[in-house]
Parts: sequence; C-alpha cells; structure tokens
Amino acid sequence: MVSTFTHEFNTPVYKGRASFSTGLYINGKFVEGSDKTTIDVINPSTGKVITKVAEATAKDVDIAVDAAQKAFETTWGLNSGGAERSKLLGKLARLMEEHQQELAALEALDNGKTFTWAMNADTAVAIDTIRYYAGWADKIHGQVQETDEKKLTYSRHEPIGVVGQIIPWNFPLLMMAWKLGPALATGNCIVLKPSEFTPLTAIRMCELIHQAGFPPGVFNLLTGYGSTVGAAIASHMKIEKIAFTGSTMVGRKIMEAAAKSNLKNVTLELGGKNPNIIFNDADLDQAVNWAAHGSYWNHGQACTAGSRIYVQSGVYDEFLAKFTEKVRSLKVGDPFAVDSYQGPQASKVQYDRIMNFIQSGKDQGATVHLGGDRNGTEGYYINPTIFTNTTPNMKIVQEEIFGPVGVVIKFDDEEDVIRQANDTVFGLAAAVFSQNITRAITTAHRLKAGTAWINCVNQIHSNVPFGGFKQSGIGRELGEYALHNYTAVKAVQVNLGYVM
Amino acid sequence: MVYTAKIPVPASNKEISVSTGLFINNEFVSSVDSSEVIQCFNPATEEVIASVVAGSSKDIDVAVAAARQAFKTTWGKNVTGWERSRLINKLADLIERDSQELAELETLNNGKPVAVARDFDIGDSIQCLRYYAGWADKITGQTIEVDNKNKMAFTRHEPIGVCGQIIPWNYPINMWAWKVAPALAVGCTIVMKPSELTPLTALKLSELVVEAGFPPGVINTVPSLGNVGGAALSAHLDVDKIAFTGSTITGRKIMEAAAKSNLKKVSLELGGKSPQLIFESADLQQAAAWTALGICYNTGQDCTAGSRVYVQDSVYDKFIDVLVSTVKETVIGNGFDKNTGGGPLVSKAQFDRVWGYIDAGKAEGAKVVLGGERRNTKGYFVDPTIFTDINSEMKIVKEEIFGPVLSIGRFKTEEEAIALANNTTYGLGAGLHSTDASQCMRVSGLLEAGTVWVNQYNMLSNNVPFGGKKQSGIGRELGSYALEEYTSIKAVHWNIGEKLQWPL
Repeated sequence: MVSTFTHEFNTPVYKGRASFSTGLYINGKFVEGSDKTTIDVINPSTGKVITKVAEATAKDVDIAVDAAQKAFETTWGLNSGGAERSKLLGKLARLMEEHQQELAALEALDNGKTFTWAMNADTAVAIDTIRYYAGWADKIHGQVQETDEKKLTYSRHEPIGVVGQIIPWNFPLLMMAWKLGPALATGNCIVLKPSEFTPLTAIRMCELIHQAGFPPGVFNLLTGYGSTVGAAIASHMKIEKIAFTGSTMVGRKIMEAAAKSNLKNVTLELGGKNPNIIFNDADLDQAVNWAAHGSYWNHGQACTAGSRIYVQSGVYDEFLAKFTEKVRSLKVGDPFAVDSYQGPQASKVQYDRIMNFIQSGKDQGATVHLGGDRNGTEGYYINPTIFTNTTPNMKIVQEEIFGPVGVVIKFDDEEDVIRQANDTVFGLAAAVFSQNITRAITTAHRLKAGTAWINCVNQIHSNVPFGGFKQSGIGRELGEYALHNYTAVKAVQVNLGYVM
Repeated sequence: MVYTAKIPVPASNKEISVSTGLFINNEFVSSVDSSEVIQCFNPATEEVIASVVAGSSKDIDVAVAAARQAFKTTWGKNVTGWERSRLINKLADLIERDSQELAELETLNNGKPVAVARDFDIGDSIQCLRYYAGWADKITGQTIEVDNKNKMAFTRHEPIGVCGQIIPWNYPINMWAWKVAPALAVGCTIVMKPSELTPLTALKLSELVVEAGFPPGVINTVPSLGNVGGAALSAHLDVDKIAFTGSTITGRKIMEAAAKSNLKKVSLELGGKSPQLIFESADLQQAAAWTALGICYNTGQDCTAGSRVYVQDSVYDKFIDVLVSTVKETVIGNGFDKNTGGGPLVSKAQFDRVWGYIDAGKAEGAKVVLGGERRNTKGYFVDPTIFTDINSEMKIVKEEIFGPVLSIGRFKTEEEAIALANNTTYGLGAGLHSTDASQCMRVSGLLEAGTVWVNQYNMLSNNVPFGGKKQSGIGRELGSYALEEYTSIKAVHWNIGEKLQWPL
C-alpha cells in the first residue's frame, strides 16, 4: 500500500501544504518496493524523521527498466517528434513554476538549505534548465557529409535508449533538472535514483512529470540505496548509459560496474578541491565577497566549492581581516527563518565527516582562525570555519571536505601558485581574481579545471558547459554539450553507384 | 483619431474588434502627416470590412526611430536570451489562446477556410514562435585557436539591429511568424509592413505583443502601400536589414533600394514556377493527390505552388485520368463554409491576373481538361484549371500565375525531365515521384530548387530551412539557418602577449 506524505508549512517565509505519494514511480504509477520496505527521511534541522518513502530493490530496477524499454520502443524514442518532446518539457517547466514555492519548501525541509536560497537559486535555475532543454528538443541535428556523387552519407543523432541517472543530495532538484533536461529532450527513457538522504523533491516531481503528459515509462523514479539500487543500475545489462553525480569514490565503482557489465556509456560529475587565486591587484572587497560565496554557499556542500583560497602576500592580511568579518556575519539558523544564510548540513554522516576533517586540521597543526565547532545542540549545524597556517600535505588542503570550511593560504610567486593550484587529482573548477584582465585570462587558461571563473565564483548558466578535468569527471553537462551524452551517432552510407 | 474596427463574423453574433491605427512604441496612433486610409476587403463578398490608417514614409521614420531606440536601450544587447525566450513563448501562448478569433479574422480578410487558418496557418505559426523561442538562449559564437601564447580569438553572434520586414497576403499570420520569430530570438527590433491587402491580423497580433510584455518599440506594425512604406523601409538609412517575401519584381526593387541607400542586408523569398516530375514507377494515386495539393492548396496562391507537372510518357494517360478526377473533388468556396477546401483569390487584381493567364493559355493553344470556366457569382472564386498540350514558350508555362492553374507536359527520359524542370529562372521548390530510390537520389541532386520534395509536396517543418535558388530568393527562412539572416558576426582578436615593434 502506497502512503501519502502530508506536511503543513507554517513558517515565517512560507505557509502552505504539501501532499503527495511516497511510492516508487514506475510506468506512470506510484507503487511500493518489491520487498515492501521503507527508508526514513530525516530533517537535518532536528535529526528527526519527516516521513518514510518506499525502498526500491534490484528487482524494482528490472521492472523499471522493462517499463522504460517498452516506452522507448512505442511512445518515446524515435516514435516521438522533437516538437512533442519540446512541448512536454515546456509544460513541465510551467508546472514547476506554478509549484515553485512548494518545491523550495520541500527542498529546505529535506536538505537543510534555506528556503530563500532554494527559491532564488535551486528551483529558479532548475526551471530555467528544463526550459532551456525544451528548446533543444526539436533541434537535434546530424550532418550530411560530402563524399562523392556515388554516395549519400549522413549522420543521425539518435537517442541512446534506457538511461540510468543517479543524483546527489546537495542540490537535489537542480541535479534532477540537469539530468532530465538533456535526456528527455533527445528522446531517452530514464530510470533515476535520487539520494536516499533527499528524495522528497524528486518524488514530488513525478506527479508534475505525469501531469505534463509524459507517457508512462518514459520517466521512472526509484528511491533506494546506492549499494543496492545504484549498483543494480550501474551493472544492468539493459541500461545503455549511466550518468552519475556524486563522490569520486562512488564514481569509480560505477565506471567499474559499467565496464564489467555491458560497457555502458558513462558520464561522471565528481568532486573538487577548487582553488581560488587572489592576486595583489584584485578588487579586494569583491574578492572577499566572492570567496565567501565560493566556500560557504550551500553550506560548502558544492562540488565547485572554492575551498582552497590562495591570497598573494601583498593583500593577505587585509584580505584575511575582511574575509573573517564577512564570514562571521553569515547567519546560521533555521532554514525557514527570515535571515538565515546557512542551515544544517544535510545529514549526520556529513556532519560527522566534516567535524572529522576539522579535527584533523587541528591535529595536523593548522590554525582555526574562525569557527571550527558545532552550532547549537539540535540538528547538524556547523559554524562557518576558516583555517590558516596550513601546509600543502594536510588533509584539509588535499581532500574534499564538503562543508563550511575555507582554507586561506598565502602565496608570493605566480608560477608557484599555479603549480599548487593544479597539484591535485581533481580538476572541476578554479577562480582567479585580478583587475589585470590579461593576467586573469592567461592564468585561467593555465588552470586545469573544467570551469575557470574570472572575478567571480560559483556562477552557473544553463547554456554554459560544466564538468571536470582529471578525476573530477568525464563528460560535460549543461549547454549544447550535454546533448552529446544522450545521443548515439549513426552514420548512414547510401550507395548510389559503386559497383562491387 | 485612432479607431477600432468592429467586424462581424458571418453566421454568428460575434464581432472582432481590431485597432486600426499604426502600431508604434506599443501604441496605436494616427499617421503624423497623412489622412490616407487603406480599405480592407472580404474577397468572398467583395465588400469592405474595415479601413486602416495608411502609413506614410514619415510614419516609417517614426517607427524606425522607435525600433532604434528600443534596440539601444531595452532590446538588442540589453536583453538576455532567456528573457527573449520567455517573451516569445508568451506571445505563442496568447496566439494559441486567441486562435479561433484570429482564424476568423484571417478568413474575413484573406478568404481561406477558417479551419485551415486555425489549424494550419496559426497552428504552424505558434510552433514557429515556440521553435525560435527555444533558440533565443542558444546563440553561440566560437572560440578559435590561433596561438595560445599571444592571442585569444572568438566570435560574437550579435543581432543585426533594426530590421524592416515586408510580408505578403497569401499567409498573413504564418508569414508574420516566420519573420518575427527568428528576428526577435536573436535580439533584433522590427518595423513590419504587412500587405496592404491583408493588414488586419498583423494589427490584431500587435495587441498580443503588448499583452505578452515586449518593451515598446521592439515590434512596430505599419500598414502601408508597397510603393510608400515598403519603398521607404528599403531605402531607409537607419534600417540595418530588410527581409521581404513577395513577387520577384518587387524583390528586385527592394534589393536595388538597399544597394543605393546604405547597403543594408537583404533577404528575399520570391516567386516560383515549381515543377513536379511523375516517373513511371510512381504510385500514381499518391502522385495525383500530392499534385492536387501542390496546385490547389491555398487556391494556388503559394510561392511553391507545383504549377508545372511533367509526366513520363508511359504513364501519361493514366495519370491525367487519375489527376483530373482527384482535382475535381476540390471545393472552392466561402471560407466560413465547413465544406470549403479552398477560398477565393485574395483580390480583384489577383482575380483579373489569373483570368488573364487562363485566357492566354487558351489563346496560345493549350488544351483545357478541367475548369477554365468563369463563375457568375460575387466573390473572386476561381475553380481549379488544368492545361495540357503545353510547350515551354507559353506564358502559362513560363510565368508565375499564383492561382489554381496547372500546366501538364510530358517526357521520355529522366534527363529530359530534369531539363524541363530546371528550364526556368526560378528555383524555389520541386517535387519528384518515383519508387526507384536511386532515381530519387539522382534527380533530387540535380533539381535546381531550394526545397526538393521526394514523393511528397509542399509539406514544411519549422526546423527545416526554406528558400530559393536562382531568382526565387536570397537567404533561408526556418530552421537554424534563419538565425544567420538576423545575426551579424563580430570577430574579436584579443592580444594577450604580443608586443609590437615598429617599424616591423
């Protein structure tokens, strides 16, 4: 029996009611998991259970894949025209916009980010992303290549088929939009596993997808654990492609499983330990504000977090003083309070992880310049933290913390800081601050990162590609580039005159 | 003083109100210096249904100034692709909401059947707007590797600027959408001159432009006589680009005026004398159906009308039989009559023109196998007329008639067919019917036309480009290609490391 989750929001920033099914969404219906077990959804502000949702098993993955396969062969895939897919995605965007506040509230409740950020960033950009890809759906072009008069040669960009998508808990709805948009625009059918920590907005989206009119089986949602459902998707023989956003560690497992099963196509968006380089000739006040945004936005739970801040010695002291004041002013509090900047971390697991890193920083001899402790006694709140006086081999300098922890490092030499910035297995993003635009551009071009921000940090646009170098990932999301992840190129060669 | 016309819809209690002023800066205004009006007729009844303000060349100046101001302040580079996308989508939604009323207005002024206007003309227009709304946030340039140490080079695809757009009377709403959508998507502002025969729906659509939320001056609508407003736009020194759909004769004048004034960019969609080839392996029933569509759709008032058909000798007699009985089923009548397949011709001038050609066909010795007889009723109705026994020198074979008048010839070999098909200064469309795939490939490769239909005719899609070779036009509409017509490329060479010694 599938239950309904009902929640009354009565907060200073949002009053409203959410009420929706908590089942798996397969073939257009909400159903229980095959084992009829459930997963607790925890409110990270309090540590208490919000509700239970159905738990999927490997068997449910099979059922969902079959439904997706059937839809691909009948109502979707090459049986659906681009204009139709465009229309449905446009409808979905409109429905998300109608329910934007509710979605933002659910996101804040489930993930712990503030309602204000969820409205202005997460949901707004998610809607924009769906709309952006709605516009691509009828523009999937192949090429005609000139060979000679005896041949007609052309390429078709066909949908791949059934694709598996696994998304993380840090931007649940936004990551879902990044995955849905290009996959549906190009005609694929989806089996998606949201994070077991933050399933609520994904489940809410199923009703909107249904209302928008996507045929049953085109989109399927399986709430479940990585080690069961995620693993089953990664090694499924009938899933032709997997897209994963999450940790580098899990990304490796997924790629391995893909290789061992059916060599399915793999795209990965993994971690980062992103450098933010501030030169003496930076606009310092701006650099301070952007650096704070880089390290503390989303409670530091961003793969692009600018967690290593390199400041040139000429402005180091001034930067640190201003930066400390800025970070000190960030208000930690309830996600639904009017003036909160930062809510709790998303889960106990994350909370423990971050506190362990902070402890390691202390143990390895770094200076806790600000924070470094828990905030309050209930929920997973951590005070924004600044470390200084680090050495390059410290854990807090090498490894991805994924929390509100910034490391500020002094540097002198331009060549050396570029070398230090690139001295990491990661390569997701980097930022450069300098008013000398030539210097900024040439530095940015030398940084080994999939996104190089100049005089800004952590800005995303739906039409600009995003992804990692090195161990930060494979492939690109957003922009036209994302379409390549979800199309299979078929070259057709028509012989008009060669005689064998 | 600016009036609103109230036009009654036949067989109903409804009235459609249309603002009849010039639409400039989001307002309907009088002419600044003229009291001329343009009368709008219902071609089924020959009666005047409304009068609209006739724009003068001074009014064009005012409209261009408004478009320029908007381009410099609220549009052009001052508006994001996402905002343009949002507004164009909103406009599409509003047109969808009002599609029945817009269809009735289109029928009142143009004559085509209401259901066709609503489901095809307007349906396609809505899709066209949505298609280009989807492009608005996808206008990308290139980054180009020149020399990584010293230079960064990239292109920006910028909007051209103020665009004059002149559209015809055969598909008033659809031609409006084809012009407006890509121009807006890329960030251009517009001065639109609808046909003086059919300005009413363009004015009605202007009301929706305001409702959608476009800033003032982004789209301006100035009904005007061709040799007044059209000429003024073509010669205007502050118009960056002109896009015209209409006759080849007028197209020449526009290009000349552009050359003589400020070398504004020119794109033209002109006439056609498009051929269809029926090969012996063709499915004759299907070929006849597509041929009928090709010459009867929109009562033959289509730039791609398949007005010449050449049939292979071996199937000639059979095909003529099938074709005549197929075309005979066509019902030409009042657009508000549900049984009507095609409406009247749009005006007395067109009516006289088409009859002039039918009479010439008879005089030059072609044989009438269907139609060719005048009706003795009100309205500019012309029934489908088919001529056989033609030769290449006849007027009806060489010149664009723009009515439901078909000339049928014959051929023996494929080479002969292609030669006959290409023997024209036009090059807009062409069709071929054959079940021999290699033949389809060969022939489609050799036909000199901007669109070649294989086993089909006249079906277009918003995402497939359309335009003419030879004297049928310059440039392409629809698809991603239309964006190029409204984009101006700027190449940026950014020196990041080179120090120059002078003298070298």
